[in-house]
Amino acid sequence: MTFELFIFYLFAAVLVFAALRVVTVRNPVHAVLFLVLAFFSSAALWLLLEAEFLALVLVLVYVGAVMVLFLFVVMMLDINVAVLREGFTRYLPVGLLVGLAIVAEMGLVLVRYFVLPPGSAPKPVGPDFSNTRMLGDLLYTHYVYPFEIAAAILLVAIVAAIALTLRRRPGTKHQDPAAQIAVRRRDRVRLVRMDAEKKPE
Amino acid sequence: MTATLLEFWNGLPEDFRIPVLILLKIVAILVPLMLSVAYLTFAERKIIGYMQIRIGPQRVGPRGWLQPIADALKLLLKEIIVPANANRFLFLLAPVLSIGPALAAWSVMPFGHGMVLANVDAGLLFLLALTSMGVYGVIIAGWASNSKYAFLGAMRSAAQMVAYEIAMGFALVGALMAGGSLNLGKIVLAQQGGVLHWFWLPLLPLFFIYFISGVAETNRAPFDVAEGESEIVAGFHVEYSGMAFAVFFLAEYANMILISTLAAVLFLGGWLSPFEGTGWQAYVNWVPGTVWLLLKAAGFLFLFLWFRATFPRYRYDQIMRLGWKVFIPITIVWLFLEGFAILFHLQPWFA
Amino acid sequence: MTFEMPDFWLALPEMFVLGMACFILVLDLFLPEERRGISYFLAQITVIGAFVSSLWVAPAGVQTTFDGMFVSDPLGTFLKLAIYVLTAGVFLYSRGYLRDRALYKGEYYVLGLFGMLGMMVIVSASSLLTIYLGLELFSLSLYAMVAFDRDSLRASEAAMKYFVLSALASGTLLYGLSLLYGLTGSLEMSQVAQFAGGHAGEHYAFVFALAFVLVGVAFKFGASPFHMWIPDVYHGAPTSVTLYLGAAPKVAAFAMAMRLLVDTLGPLQASWGPMLVVLAVLSLAVGNVVAIAQTNIKRMLAYSTISHMGFLLLGLLAGTRTGYSAALFYAVVYALMSLAAFGVVILLSRAGFEAERLGDFKGLNERSPWFAFMMLVAMFSMAGVPPTAGFYAKLAVLAAVIDVHQTWLAVVAVFFSLIGAFYYLRVVKLMYFDAPADPEPLTARLDLRVALSANGLLLLGLGIYPGLLMGWCLAALH
Repeated sequence: MTFELFIFYLFAAVLVFAALRVVTVRNPVHAVLFLVLAFFSSAALWLLLEAEFLALVLVLVYVGAVMVLFLFVVMMLDINVAVLREGFTRYLPVGLLVGLAIVAEMGLVLVRYFVLPPGSAPKPVGPDFSNTRMLGDLLYTHYVYPFEIAAAILLVAIVAAIALTLRRRPGTKHQDPAAQIAVRRRDRVRLVRMDAEKKPE
Repeated sequence: MTATLLEFWNGLPEDFRIPVLILLKIVAILVPLMLSVAYLTFAERKIIGYMQIRIGPQRVGPRGWLQPIADALKLLLKEIIVPANANRFLFLLAPVLSIGPALAAWSVMPFGHGMVLANVDAGLLFLLALTSMGVYGVIIAGWASNSKYAFLGAMRSAAQMVAYEIAMGFALVGALMAGGSLNLGKIVLAQQGGVLHWFWLPLLPLFFIYFISGVAETNRAPFDVAEGESEIVAGFHVEYSGMAFAVFFLAEYANMILISTLAAVLFLGGWLSPFEGTGWQAYVNWVPGTVWLLLKAAGFLFLFLWFRATFPRYRYDQIMRLGWKVFIPITIVWLFLEGFAILFHLQPWFA
Repeated sequence: MTFEMPDFWLALPEMFVLGMACFILVLDLFLPEERRGISYFLAQITVIGAFVSSLWVAPAGVQTTFDGMFVSDPLGTFLKLAIYVLTAGVFLYSRGYLRDRALYKGEYYVLGLFGMLGMMVIVSASSLLTIYLGLELFSLSLYAMVAFDRDSLRASEAAMKYFVLSALASGTLLYGLSLLYGLTGSLEMSQVAQFAGGHAGEHYAFVFALAFVLVGVAFKFGASPFHMWIPDVYHGAPTSVTLYLGAAPKVAAFAMAMRLLVDTLGPLQASWGPMLVVLAVLSLAVGNVVAIAQTNIKRMLAYSTISHMGFLLLGLLAGTRTGYSAALFYAVVYALMSLAAFGVVILLSRAGFEAERLGDFKGLNERSPWFAFMMLVAMFSMAGVPPTAGFYAKLAVLAAVIDVHQTWLAVVAVFFSLIGAFYYLRVVKLMYFDAPADPEPLTARLDLRVALSANGLLLLGLGIYPGLLMGWCLAALH
């Protein structure tokens, strides 16, 4: 086994372990952290497969932003998992039964009939090959239509989130920087002419 | 003597030599970095001292030069106290998570032509990904401490870092568009030709936004609400003591140096000489490129300290407003303009 | 790598709608509350513009562009035109309703237009990737619209249920699509179809993928047993959104079924035919029987939707051109009926009062004989009483089923229709033979009255002269 293969299996093992812990661990904050670990290991796997752009973007977007917000919410909410797990054991046998049946059926069909065309291993590429450039080329040419629709989907998500949550509460104290800048002296200071104090008599 | 040593070295197996060589390179980067961190703290106290018309540390060693060493020794010897009901594992993991990315990011930093530990193709992306990881140290520290102040600091920091990361990322996108590559070395080489060819000029707004976001990302004044010693004591690291605290400290300063160096690389021509293209270049040819890079970085570091001595702390909603409503729109507009400039080959930057 | 510049011209309606939706979104920010009507008019102009441009760019035959991801064919053009008409109707009907309830915001129209864009993408998809993205765009807009009345607990609950269940269904669909991709190595529908026809050895693997795809399609139709979301969502959403949900999406669901089942998995018709039989019979049974027990008109219409979708599936499962055209005719007519029925519900509602209970329809004849008549037409049409459009739609579907020698299915369908007629006629009875509980006069605006009248008369007209629409449907499926 080469060193690279060893690293690959190591990260794969960490990934599977972390993914399992995400669903089994009791503390939701720990679950989120295990999810972060899972993302990180899969990024490492992609890196080993020479998909460096995807790997780094996974870390950047999911680990660096999405999971931070997740963690933020989970920490703030202080979720009580025990309540969420109520009835878990009651439904477990049925769920297990259905799950096993589906797995058995899938196994039967997929093993017997899902024949992959004989493919060859992807050719290793030279050091000058830029994964990022290739992806960009494809996204903006061949996949431009789905790419634009995906952009529209994200826009709808933003509009929906803001439309459903933004509230203008009356009476909140906030600054209006434009108004602050526009202030002139006469708005704030009034010079009043007053006589000097009366002379002592 | 050297000949025999070299012969001995060459006789060693390749599988042994390469890792050792890499390790040596890492040490060659990290040791000066750690020393810079130590003396950056000293410089900070001295500079802010003079700005406030006082002298700063002067007792330990000649003119106080041994002060950082003494501080380090003191922190090393102090006890690490884990608060009651704190999550012990995460509590101790947090400082490590915070320093790890701060150090790992240096692996792609080019110190001169070809002088880089890992010349990866997507270096800029790698940097961005790693700096975005730094926030975990802060959040986990705040949560694992089981303390209200620490938690508040962590929450503030999480929201702030996510907000400024976007603006920072867009500013970096501007640099990569101008350089035509994600490789930091290639971005520097694209700036050849003198001060006016460096990217600070065509990317002026992005340059400012990058540096200000960098200040916010490192939680430095005036964006230091995560620590906010006058409101929430010391924010996320209020419960930390001894070496655990020192590691946070190291990470913060290492990140400052990283942001400064990166600003120099992306916008001020990295290791390129500022006299390029002028008659002066002949006199300074002997200066190695690394010196130029470090000088530029030092200039930015001075700005960090200057900001801290000058500006009052932003209020939290002001920070959010600046990040989301000012920086992000400006970066997007400038990226559009830059796209047009590249399309029409605006001279002399986009040949 | 070779790259052919796509023919953007064919996608003109999509680009126009996207551009206008973004424009309205930004413009609406700067409009004061009392000028909100501008957003409404712009939205209507967008729909009309899309209608005109769709007619304008429609090619004579079938043309694909964007590297085979977008198809423009007569079926697509016809479906899009139907979607425009229905969406314009929804916007028109819901204007007064929204204004009375502090829901009159630009976002409603922006989300409505994005939902319409999603349906357009589904309609003209010729790649598995685009159809999925279109579905997501459309569903995401709908989730937000259902929750639009954000202070209403019921609306939020409905949106949550819709979101979770729909995400599950989307996941199932996506899994099926990914299996198809794994089997054929292509996302293009025509290539998948070619492959599915040629590889008998992998037949069961294709059926396996088909099962997942079918679950996703059935969910979007709301066919039983994947119907559980329909009553809660119809009931919980603001009536203006229920109106939206009940009209154009049915046409889009038909488009999805045509693209995925017929265009992509057409060679597997022998497999999905029987699956659709189960779905159709269950939908007919559940929809018609449970609707009888409802006292809320929105819930009742929700169950009636389920039963109508069962009828629509009958047309599809026949697997012939007449069957498809009958199903298409049914989808359009059903959307029009649904528009009329919910339109009357909106007509009866006013600020602070939702005409949701069946009791609210009591004595409508005394309050407004004309609109009681319109509701009568809608109800008769849903029940399939001649000479309304609904009768002819049912007739066409039944004829298609009998054509493929599945007479027993036709008998079952007629039987459940008879059961269904009971609850439609109950509404009619309430309107004509009961005394009004609430003698308030109707306050609806003129445009709503005119549109509703036109809608009702259209249902009558299509029932008397169905040949015109049926001719279009047949031509679309050429």
